[in-house]
Formats: sequence, C-alpha cells, structure tokens
Amino acid sequence: MSGAVQDRLPGNQPLLQVDRLRIEIPNRRGTLLAVDDVSFHINEGEVLGVVGESGAGKSLTGSAIIGLLEPPCHIAGGQIHLAGRRIDNLSYEQMRRIRGREIGMVFQDPLTSLNPLYTVGRQLTETILTHTDLGEKAARARAIELLQEVGIPAAAERIDQYPHQFSGGMRQRVVIALALCINPRLIIADEPTTALDVSIQAQIIAVLKKLCREHGAAVMLVTHDMGVIAETADRVAVMYAGRIVEVGPVADVVLRAQHPYTAGLMGSIPLVGHDVEALTQIDGAMPRLNAIPAGCAFNPRCPRAFERCRRERPELQPVGATQAACWLYDEEQARPARGSGTHG
Amino acid sequence: MAVEAGAAARLADALRRFFDGDIWYSFTRSPVIIVSAVITALFVVSAVFAPLVAPHNPFDLASIDLLDSFIPPVWLADGDPRFLLGTDDQGRGILSTIIYGARISLGVGFASVLFAMVLGIALGLISGYFGGTVDAVIMRIADVQLTFPAILIALLIDGLARAVLPRDFHGEVWFYVLVLAIGLSFWVQYARTVRGSAMVERNKEYVQAARVIGIPPVLIMLRHVLPNVMGPVLVIATINLAIAVITEATLSFLGVGVPLTSPSLGTLIRVGNDFLFSGEWWITIFPGAALAILVLAVNLLGDWLRDALNPKLR
Amino acid sequence: MIAFVVRRLLQSILVMLAVGFIAFSLFTYVGDPINNMVGQDTTLEQRQELRERLGLDDPFVIQYGRFLIKAVQGDFGISYRHRRPVSDLIAERIPATLELSFVAALLALFIGVPMGVYTGLHRRGFLSQVFLTVSLVGISLPTFLIGILLILIFGVMSQDINLALGFSLLPQLPTFGRGETVQLGWWSTGFLTESGLLALILPSITLALFQMTLIMRLVRSEMLEVLRTDYIKFARARGLTNRAVNFGHALKNTLVPVITITGLQLGSIIAFALITEQVFQWPGMGLLFIQAINEVDIPVMASYLMMIGFFFVVINLIVDLLYYVVDPRLRADKAVAGGHQ
Repeated sequence: MSGAVQDRLPGNQPLLQVDRLRIEIPNRRGTLLAVDDVSFHINEGEVLGVVGESGAGKSLTGSAIIGLLEPPCHIAGGQIHLAGRRIDNLSYEQMRRIRGREIGMVFQDPLTSLNPLYTVGRQLTETILTHTDLGEKAARARAIELLQEVGIPAAAERIDQYPHQFSGGMRQRVVIALALCINPRLIIADEPTTALDVSIQAQIIAVLKKLCREHGAAVMLVTHDMGVIAETADRVAVMYAGRIVEVGPVADVVLRAQHPYTAGLMGSIPLVGHDVEALTQIDGAMPRLNAIPAGCAFNPRCPRAFERCRRERPELQPVGATQAACWLYDEEQARPARGSGTHG
Repeated sequence: MAVEAGAAARLADALRRFFDGDIWYSFTRSPVIIVSAVITALFVVSAVFAPLVAPHNPFDLASIDLLDSFIPPVWLADGDPRFLLGTDDQGRGILSTIIYGARISLGVGFASVLFAMVLGIALGLISGYFGGTVDAVIMRIADVQLTFPAILIALLIDGLARAVLPRDFHGEVWFYVLVLAIGLSFWVQYARTVRGSAMVERNKEYVQAARVIGIPPVLIMLRHVLPNVMGPVLVIATINLAIAVITEATLSFLGVGVPLTSPSLGTLIRVGNDFLFSGEWWITIFPGAALAILVLAVNLLGDWLRDALNPKLR
Repeated sequence: MIAFVVRRLLQSILVMLAVGFIAFSLFTYVGDPINNMVGQDTTLEQRQELRERLGLDDPFVIQYGRFLIKAVQGDFGISYRHRRPVSDLIAERIPATLELSFVAALLALFIGVPMGVYTGLHRRGFLSQVFLTVSLVGISLPTFLIGILLILIFGVMSQDINLALGFSLLPQLPTFGRGETVQLGWWSTGFLTESGLLALILPSITLALFQMTLIMRLVRSEMLEVLRTDYIKFARARGLTNRAVNFGHALKNTLVPVITITGLQLGSIIAFALITEQVFQWPGMGLLFIQAINEVDIPVMASYLMMIGFFFVVINLIVDLLYYVVDPRLRADKAVAGGHQ
C-alpha cells in the first residue's frame, strides 16, 4: 500500500500552524499558565521534534492540537490551523472527524493504550469503519495489511489476539498501525519510546519514521530524548517552562545551539568521539508553573544571565540558522553572531 | 525538656502543614462538610454529656409519669411545652430518649470501630510481616468473610452469644457482645490495607537492623507502617462508624441488639414502630430522623475525607 | 476453562465445608440436643439410649460426616420450637424470600446501573448531582427505616393526604404479608394474584433502594476510573464516536469489576431480605431465622446458615464464570505474551 499522497497545499503554507497558543490550568490558588505564547509550524511530511524536561508543556501542546486537553486544562488564547483550516475552535463532533482521519496520535505507554478487552483486529477495524466507507471484510483486510506494514509477523493470525498476548514493542507497533490506519497527514507521537526497553526503542522509532514517510505523514515527535531527536527530526523545537526557547533545523540546534538552555541540554548527552569528562549538566531544576521567575524563565539557572534577563522576557528571534529567545543575541545583532554553543 | 520542646515544635509544624494543606482548604470550601462536621460534633457532645444536655432522664422512674404518655410534639394540638418532641407510651420525652439513645448508638459504634481497627491492624501486620502460611490463612478467612454481609455475621455472632450465655448474664454483657459482633464483621478492610504496607516495609533495612538489635521487628514495623496507612485507615474508620451505627440500629430493630432497658436509637424505632398505625408517628419518626441525620453526616464526612486524601479522584 | 471451573468448584466446596462445620458446631456444642428433644420426666437411661441411637457419642469426625451427608440430602433435623423437620419449614418459607429478592435485584440492577453510567459520563451535570445526593441519603437510611417511612406514607397517611388534597395522589398499598398466593407444586407464588403483586411493591422497593444506591455509586466510580485510562484517551484520539468510546469501550471495561461486586451485592440482598421481612412481616426465611435466634432454635439457625452459605457460594461461582467470559486475559491459558521482536 503506497502512502496516500494528499493534495499539496497551495504555496508554502505549512500543514500545521500554531500561533501564540496559551494553555491554562485553573487551580484553587489561581490559574497556571502551562503553555505560554507558543508559535510554531510543521510542513508537510516534515518531522518536528519537540524536546524539553517534563512539565515544559510539550505534551499539553500535543493534546491541544488534537483537541484532547483534559478539563480543567483549556486553550486560553491563540490559534491552531491544520492545512489552512482553523481547528482550535471546532465543536467536539467536528474535531472528532479530524482525529484519526487527519491527525493521528501515538501515546507513551503501549501497555495501557490498547483496550485489554478487545482484540487488536477489532480495535483496528472499528477505527477504519468509523472513518471510511469500507465494509467489514475490506476493513479487516486493511487491518491485516497495516499490521504487516508495522512489522508484525503472522498478522493474519495475530489480528484476532488480545493486547495482552503481545509484547510491549509489538503493542507499540499496533498502536502505530492504529494511529496511521486512515492515513492522517499529521502524527503526534507523545514520548513513543519512553516506556519501552532501550533495545526496542530504536526499532520502534525506525518503524514510525518509515511508515510516516511512506504514508506521507508529518510528525510532531514529543520526547525528552535528544538522541531520538537527532536521529529522526528535520527540525527541532526546544521548550522550557511553557515557552519555546529555540527552534531550528536539527543539525544546527544539536551542533550549534544558541540558547544557553539548549546548549546545556546538548551538553548533557554524550556524543561519540567527545571527551566524556566534558559532559555538563544544568544546575537546578525547571521552575514550577506557579513560580516562574520574571524576565527569562531560565535566568536563575543560566550561566550567562545578566541584568536584562531578570527584567524582560525575550521573544524568539533569528540567530544564525535557528531562532532563539535570548537577550544575548539582541545586543549582538549588529555584530557577527557568536555561532558556537557552549559544548563542555 | 529538650525532647519535649522538639516534640512541641514538631506538633506545631504538623499543625501548620495541616492548616496550610489541601484537606483543611477543601474543608473550609465546602459548606456541606462543615455542616456535617458540626452535626457529628453535636451528636458526639450531647451523647457524652447526655445527663447535662437532656431535659429529662428517661431512666429515672421518679421523673416519669404515665399520665404524660402519648403527648404529641409541641407544635401540634395537645402538645406540651415540657416535651418538645412529644412523649412515648411510658411518658418519656422523645428528645431525652433520643439523646440517651444516641449515647448508646455512638458508644457501640465507636467501640466496635476501635475494636475492628485494632484487630484489623494487628492481623494485617502479622499477615504482611510473616507472609507464607500465616498470611494465606488470614487472607483466606478475610476473603470468605468478605463474601458475607456484615449484618449477617453480626446477627450470627449475637445469636450465638444468646445461645451460649445464660439469659441474665447476657443482659449484663450485651454491650461487649454487640461490639464483638459488629467489630468482627469489619476487620478485613483494615487488615488488607495494613498488610499491603507491611509487605513493603518488611524488607527494608531498618527491620533487619531491629532484628539484629533484638527488638521485635513487628513493633518497629508498627511505628513505620502506621503513619503510611493513617489516611486510608481514617477513611475506612469514618465510613465504618456510619455502618456500625446502622448495624447496631438494625440489630436492635430486629430485637437482638440492645436490651429494652437501655434503648439505643434502633430500639426506640422498634418500639415506636408498634404505634405507627395508631397515629403516634412521632415515637418512631423522630428517633429515625435522628439516626438518619447522624449517619448521613458521618457518611458525608467519610466521603469527603476519602476524596480529600485521594486527589486523583478530583 | 475446565481447570478453572474445577478449581473454583473445589474452593466452593471448601467454603461449604467450613460453613457446615460452623453449623455443626452450633448443633453439637450449643446446649444439649437431648434436653431440647425430650420432656422433663425422661429418665437418665432413656436419655442415654436416645443419645446412642442418635449417635451423639460417636467421634466428632463421624458425627460431622453424618451431619454433612444428611445436609446434602436436605435433612437438617427437627426444629426445637416447631417440632417439625426444618427442611419442611424452609421449603414453606423459601419462595417468599426468593420472590422478594428477585424483584428487588431486578429493580436494583435495572435502575442502579443506568444511573451509575449516567452520573459517570456526566460528572458535573445537574442531574448527576441530584442522583448523587439522593444516593447518599439512600445509603444513610437503614433499610428498616426506609420500610417504616414507606409504610407511614403509603399505608398510614396516604388516605389523609389524598383527602386533604382532594384528589388521589398516593395509592393505598398493602404493608403486611404476601397477599394471596397460588400453589404451584410445593412453590407458593405471589406473582399470579393482584394482591400478591401489590404486596410486593413496598417490600421490594425497600429492599432494592440500598442496593440500588450502592450499585449506582460503584458503577459511577468504576466508570470514572476507566474514563481516565490511556486506552480511552487513545480511542478518542482515533476519532471514535462518543457513543463507541463510552458504551463500546468504557462500559465494557467497567463491567469487569462491576460484575464481581454487583454479584456479591445481589447475594447480600438475600441477607438483607431478613430486615425487610421483619418490617413487613413477610413470611420468608429471614423471619423464621429471627424467630429462631430469639428462641435459640439451633437447628433452624444452623440450616439458615447453610442455606445462605450455599446461595453465596453459588452466586460467587456464577460471578467468577461471568468474569471469565468478559475478560480475555483470564481466558488465555497459554498466552503468547512475549512473542517476537
């Protein structure tokens, strides 16, 4: 089955456009701003990696795009467009038609993503039947085909088995098949490998990458694993305390990080051929949502913070090949960019 | 001295954390819960100080006059201002019998919850600590017992006691029989909760260390397990109190609980039930309402406590 | 499958043996059976002769065995009080209890489960709050109090209320006994006469109300639990309809624990029937049992215990089997878990 090629979008319009997205979580002592003015886009067929520590707002952004924020979380501002159509203000029913058909989602834990009481086949066919005009038989044939595509051996027999009869890696393959079964144009993969054995992680990422390419689907890959990003993504967005601090082509962000936070993140992964002792770590921890400091949220942990960072909040601005939200580059705009990150 | 100061500081710290915490916050935010707490407190206080609170002593034969029998509540025609809620067939004020009745209902309730709690914690600890056969036996008994309704077990134990004990002796020890009967039907929940925690603690180093020093490890574990299970145990105990009060009332209503000479709310309802058809509804309805309000208040508190201690559910 | 059933059957038999043991101990150690059977003027020799004839001097195990064999054959001895075989007494009383319990169980299930599903799905809805508040009152009112209230409203005050209103708002309902019954073989049923059906109304509502509230609250909390799971979120993310998510996925997963606990609840209906029978003077087994306790009629007590034990074991067995049918994880004896990478 070849990937269904959707109509090309007119001009250079991105597949997904997120503008100044704000997500609030009301709680008893006021309202927390979990995602603050986040803007980014994903082009067709592109893989955008979204990295950051837990609580940085990555997963919430993903849930907001597919319209599954759990109350009391809600979108408090901004817009989301999919292929030029605004989707953040749709009714539940309208959004439901988009879910699965145009946006698919892969969750973190394959052990809990599948309903234990239904066979994997039934879960696949019900999804196919919901969104297409196929009959039972055709849907089942399509389901078997999908299972083969994601690399499940003896798919024709295993389709009638229950999730508990599959291993963790196999289950995540089933989940990927489920997310891709209607050929959505965008897949949101929320930490797809975190719950898996290290030995299986690479396989799953490979399967995900291959299938999305074949089906022509763009991917928003949410993870805190820089290794996965470096290997898979075309571009990468780095989130910190609810904001994007740096976004750009993956090679530039990984090798020539501009924002001190990104540089710190890169410094904390060992690269082959580098001196292991030179590994750095970022001191301190990401602030809680109710205690985000004034100015740049990263300033208390930033080795290069100066006075302005404690007062004013920086916006994303072009720096070299990427965009970074950091005052370091505001003054240096006139001068040649400092280029190098702070490796080690 | 220093130790005391340290303890006081710890207490102050704990109190501060409590008033700052979610539980106190959700308490102050919920009028229903505040009302429930006030009602429960009123019941407990008036039960404890019944002789001071009640307008009459319904068991003081000198103050009872049969001529006062069947007086309706004050607001009806023929009401008597001395008896706010009317009187029963023997001329006792309903309000007073309710206050004394609640004293017995709550007494049995608290005592049986306490008994069930102590028994459950002890068995849970033993079960979790020793494991193996001891654990299997205790937990199988718990399984089997859990399949039978508490009321049936209580009824059976009470019935047995009646069969075994001479009649007049039973008249003296009915309180203990009831506490035993009701308490024995509730221990399982505590035991299961404590067992889970004890199994986790069993393998920790301090338990091994205690064994080396020669302190019974079970005692050491008790100190560590108890704080862990305090929350769930408190929730179970609160909800159990409501069930225990209902169970006692039911047994008394069935005529096998509290003897007529010292009536609980259930006994009062049973006695009043005979007058329902002759129109003296207040003799049974007021004790019934008192029982329902008490149980509702305690249930609300228990429900709230469970939600407050388990934020996942909100 | 067969291994599972056999294991459950063996466990059930074990429980029945334990219950039988308690019942037998009652017989043997509580009071002297001989004293209860013979008059004051019986001589010691006669007593000893009767004792030997009844095998009361035999070793414990043999007596226990004999007791069990008799119990299986339906022979529970002779009531001290009624001077008739207990099995006859129970056969007379059992239809009343079972018919009442059956109607109450239906009410509790068919109202409790939908209410639980509704309140689970519409967590913050107004109607849900109403249901929940009412249910809290429901579990706080002891069964006997509900019965008394119903008697007061529909038995005592209905005519006065109707008179005061000037029209017939409340029907006058029977509050005592079973009404007319029809004999079908040894079974006496109240389902076939008007007075029998009318007589069922108040007792069955009384008995059902508490169970209904429990079932509703249980279904609700299980529903909430399931709705929070990843597979429900994933089902939504796949764009399934609300209907499919709520009723196809959530409800089915809720059923697994609900079956277990509902089953046990239904079992306790038979036990709670005892209270209802007392309130409405319903001539069932419970009423017989209460009288037996008050009169220390050991054979009746022991056989009631055995009967209830038997009902519970049977219900547990059915629950386990249902569980087995619903949950594929139990069905797969040889799970292919692991599989290939």
